[in-house]
Parts: sequence; C-alpha cells; structure tokens
Amino acid sequence: MKNSHLKELTKGIWKENPIFVIMLGMCPTLAVSTQVSNALGMGLGVVFVLTLSNIFISLLKKVIPDSIRIPSYIVIIASFVTILEMLMHAYMPSLYDALGIYLSLIVVNCVILGRAEAFANKNSVLDSALDGIGMGLGFTLGLTIIALIREVLGSGTITLFAIGSWDGVIRIPGLVSTPIRVVGMSAGALLVMGLLKAFFTWKESKKGEEK
Amino acid sequence: MSYIGILVTYIFVNNFILVKFMGICPFIGVSKNSSSAIGMGVAVTFVTSVTSVVCWMVYHGLLAPFGLEYLRTISFILVIAAMVQLVEMVIRKFSPSLYKALGIYLPLITTNCAVLGIAIINIDSGYNLLESFVAGAAAGLGFTMAIILMSNIREKLELTPVRKSFKGVPITFISAGIMALAFMAFDSSLLTNLGLV
Repeated sequence: MKNSHLKELTKGIWKENPIFVIMLGMCPTLAVSTQVSNALGMGLGVVFVLTLSNIFISLLKKVIPDSIRIPSYIVIIASFVTILEMLMHAYMPSLYDALGIYLSLIVVNCVILGRAEAFANKNSVLDSALDGIGMGLGFTLGLTIIALIREVLGSGTITLFAIGSWDGVIRIPGLVSTPIRVVGMSAGALLVMGLLKAFFTWKESKKGEEK
Repeated sequence: MSYIGILVTYIFVNNFILVKFMGICPFIGVSKNSSSAIGMGVAVTFVTSVTSVVCWMVYHGLLAPFGLEYLRTISFILVIAAMVQLVEMVIRKFSPSLYKALGIYLPLITTNCAVLGIAIINIDSGYNLLESFVAGAAAGLGFTMAIILMSNIREKLELTPVRKSFKGVPITFISAGIMALAFMAFDSSLLTNLGLV
C-alpha cells in the first residue's frame, strides 16, 4: 500500500513528466524559461497551487455537481493563484516583477486543470496531494532544464537566488562574452523545446527497440 | 499610443503566439489543417474582443471603485467562462453550421492563456475602453494569423520526409521557432519608424 502512494508522487517527476511527456502547460514554460531563478520561482508557484487545488478538489469531489465541475475547479484554482500572487508580492517582490503576467496565468495552466479533471476528482485526498506535489515537481524540473539550456547558451550565466554578498549569478567563462543570443529570445524557446521533445521521442523509441 | 499603433503592436511586434507564447496549446493542437485553424482563429478573435471590453468594464466599474483589485484574476476568469458560454449559445442559435464546424474548440477557449492574458494586459497598460477593444481584437487577429500560417506549413510538412523522432510535435515547434525568427524583424523600432508611438 505504501508503495503505491510513493508511485503517485514519483510518476509525475519523470515517467509522466507534464512538460516532456504529456505536453501540458506550454505557455508559461516557454515564456518564463529565460532565467533559472524565474523557472524555479514559477515551478514552486505551480507546486503550491497544484497541491492545494488537488487537495480541495479531492475533498469536494462529492459536493460539486458534475455539470458545473469545470467552472468550480477554475474558481478554486483562481483563489489559490490569488493567494500565491499576494504572498509573492509581499515576500518576493523581485520574483513577482520578473514573472509578471505569467503568475496570474497559472489559472489557465492546463497542468492544474488537467490534474483536477484526470486525477483529483477520482482519488483520495492523500493520493491527490502526492500527485499534486509530484506533478508540480516534474513541471519544475522540466522548466528548469529548459531554462538552464537557454540561459547558459543565450547569455552564458546561471542566475540563482542572491545569498548575502554573492549576487547569485554564476558566469561561465567564454560564453559570457560571446553568447548565442538567439537561444535566449522567443524564437530560441520554441527551437529548444522542439529539439528536447525530439530527443525524448528518440530515447523512448530506442528503449522500445531494446525490449 | 494611437489605435493603429496598438493594432500593429499586438498583431506583429508582440504577436501573442510567437513572442509572448500565449495560446501555445491550441496553436499546437488545432493547427493540423487550415479549416479548423481558421475556425479557431475566428472564435478566439471574437472572444478576446468581447472579453476585453467586458473585463475592462468589470474592473473599472465594479472592482476599482470598491478597492477590490485583488479579485481581478477570479472575476476575469468567471467573465471569460461566462462569455464563452454565451458565445457558444448565440452561435448555436443563429448559425448551427458554424457551431458544428467549431465543435469542441469553443469551450476550450476558456483555458486559452491569450484571452485572460489580453484582459490583464489591458488593465496593466492603462488602456481606455476603446483601446482595450482594439487591443483585444488585434491580439485575436495576431493569433489567427499565426495559427493559419502554421496550419499551412503543417499541411506541407505532411508530404515531406521527416526523421522519425522529429515527426509531429517536435517539427511543429521547430517550424514555429523559425517563424518566430522571421517575426523578430518586427521589433519596437517598427513602431518608431512608422511614426505610431
């Protein structure tokens, strides 16, 4: 029994990764992946909203009538996004400014509504919470991988969070002075995403051949 | 900014799909053939235009006077869901053939980032009512243009030999990336050169 709970948590991180495998939540993925710090911030925001909305929807699954479930889910999700916006505005103003409009757009992130519809309204509260955490972490992981590639190639830096006197930016010698600027721009996001998706398809097909 | 300036901004300079990445899901999902791409584009343009106006009125008429700005996200998404439902009912009543052609794409517009995105951008940019309407229409037109171009590219791609691992979604993303490269020619200097700022 314990093993199956663990599976709910881990499946979202790699096997059913929302970004690379199910291809959900593309809009924030491409827009926010210019800096690693933004990707981590956005990912944590999604973990927060996804876990809480999964728990609530799972708790209310018997109360919500079937015909109006989608509007009800959206209102629940929008409430948590508003809470997240207020918390981030108060405690992490620089991240709030960097994410801008994409923070509000978590409401229409297909990952969250998708999990509500596909998982939380059928499963127990504990499983839904674990599913939310796992899927959220998988989303964060995918987002961070894309951001890492784009930031290293596009500007030659890795921006993390500033701690004390360190400004939180790792500079890669050689690439800082002559970065491949296009990777950091909007066209680069689409190209990197296409190449990564092709890479994962290729790995899947190789795995299939070995079996 | 003049109305033509707003129009050019949201169709070319800040194209919602290729520059802002709003509405990527339907862009990838519905661009397989050009007739459904046109239907989706028209429906989104209609909804962005109407919701821009209604959300502007809700914000400046209801939320701002009572200091309830923090309810923006919730009220906008409710307005959008209601508008999409209304549009669905009106189209079904007056043009059953169009309703049939749009099919499941109509309800899906609720979760299109572009619709909520333009409503929030209108408020953040401080547009007035008419400017909001123009921005909403322009965002929808930019979306329509990108999705129609993409569907034509994809119809051609069907007949082209593509490596197995690139088939389907990956090659679509890469084509979109090359399109976005072309769209980089339309940057904000275009507005200055045309004297629209």
